[in-house]
Amino acid sequence: MSNSRLPQTASQTVGPFFHFGLVDRGDENNLVNDAVKGERIVIRGRVLDGEGEAVPDALVEIWQADANGFYNHPDDPHHENADPEFRGFGRSDTVSDGQFSFRTVKPGPVPFDSRRFQAPHISVRVFARGMLTHAYTRFYFSDEEEANAADTILNIVEPERQHTLLLERRESSEGPVYVLDVKLQGQDETVFFDP
Amino acid sequence: MSALSRRLSSLDWSIHPPYLHAAYESTLLRSPQKPLVPLPQTLSEMTGPVYGHDEIQPLDHDLTRNAVSDGPPIGERIIVTGRIVDEVGRPVPNALVEVWQANAAGRYRHLVDQHDAPLDPNFTGAGRVLTNRAGEYRFVTIRPGAYPWRNHENAWRPAHIHFSVFGRAFISRLVTQMYFPGDPLLPLDPVLQGVPDERGRARLVADYAHDVTEPEWALGYRFDIVLNGSRMTPFEDPDADDDE
Repeated sequence: MSNSRLPQTASQTVGPFFHFGLVDRGDENNLVNDAVKGERIVIRGRVLDGEGEAVPDALVEIWQADANGFYNHPDDPHHENADPEFRGFGRSDTVSDGQFSFRTVKPGPVPFDSRRFQAPHISVRVFARGMLTHAYTRFYFSDEEEANAADTILNIVEPERQHTLLLERRESSEGPVYVLDVKLQGQDETVFFDP
Repeated sequence: MSALSRRLSSLDWSIHPPYLHAAYESTLLRSPQKPLVPLPQTLSEMTGPVYGHDEIQPLDHDLTRNAVSDGPPIGERIIVTGRIVDEVGRPVPNALVEVWQANAAGRYRHLVDQHDAPLDPNFTGAGRVLTNRAGEYRFVTIRPGAYPWRNHENAWRPAHIHFSVFGRAFISRLVTQMYFPGDPLLPLDPVLQGVPDERGRARLVADYAHDVTEPEWALGYRFDIVLNGSRMTPFEDPDADDDE
């Protein structure tokens, strides 16, 4: 990088006491209201440490496209088509035994470049006490086998680690629930990206 | 795909703390150990949540007034202000800045905080604000106290204010802590010392700003923040994808 660039401000841990500042304000893990278009889904899982123990003081943030694959953001060339009721951002604590959960809609496919689409996915950031810098990953959908097989980014990941990014679909009385644990370390450590 | 496509600047790992920093004990089991997988940036990385000024309440920026029940909170009133910019110095407008902190006695309003210090019935310690068109934010608050923790024998966190910032893109997301100048605990703090670069640590310490100080009312501090995610020119991008 050239010297004319300003140095970035360093990251620091979110610490153990962020809840009253970041999550207690409202139900920020609910991304939908009655007017949002798309298939309602629940996403949940647990954040686990290197010994498989729950991490009850993590913060999980998600960012996603709407049901048609549009981001509600001016840099999406098709943002005028985005569902105005759907911001696409949510965050969840993990106070209850390391568990995070979100109510949202299943995102549509988003362009990779001018020729290809990406498989439906959700961008995920994990913060925690004990993490001085956050970690970045993606959630894909296990029931999108064809799209996943063709996805450029999933194919960057070693085949034996791809399953750490796949939400597993389960049916429930309240509709589809997609489940995936985030493993910060150890056996089956989640694939984290450097975007 | 022939090459990695990077259109916005990534995290600079010479500045940000590595996941494993053994002096900070909680990193031992919570640090990813496998190398990060370089990710081509797509719309998913280059966009992010958009916030509007109508979502901010009038007193959200003033922690000395946003939680009062029977009077002002105890402690030293301070003003904290600064600019949020990208790496080429362009202001980041409409950035959501959230802060949270301990009270003047070093106690958080949080069930898990059992430090033997009083809670303040007139202070929650949480605030939020959107930056203006020049990328500026401003909070009024109480100077937080230091507090003990169990990381090592006689461990104390230096006084600090937690900052959470959303830039324009989701990859610009930053959570950090602001410290106070002259604090003797700074060199002893494994959290701050987790930043590998000395100048990077120095930039987490606010400047006392006499021009921000208001006569007979409050001392002022300036804390500027630089986010990654600046738009890169093709010349700067060693891995530029040529298919765009």
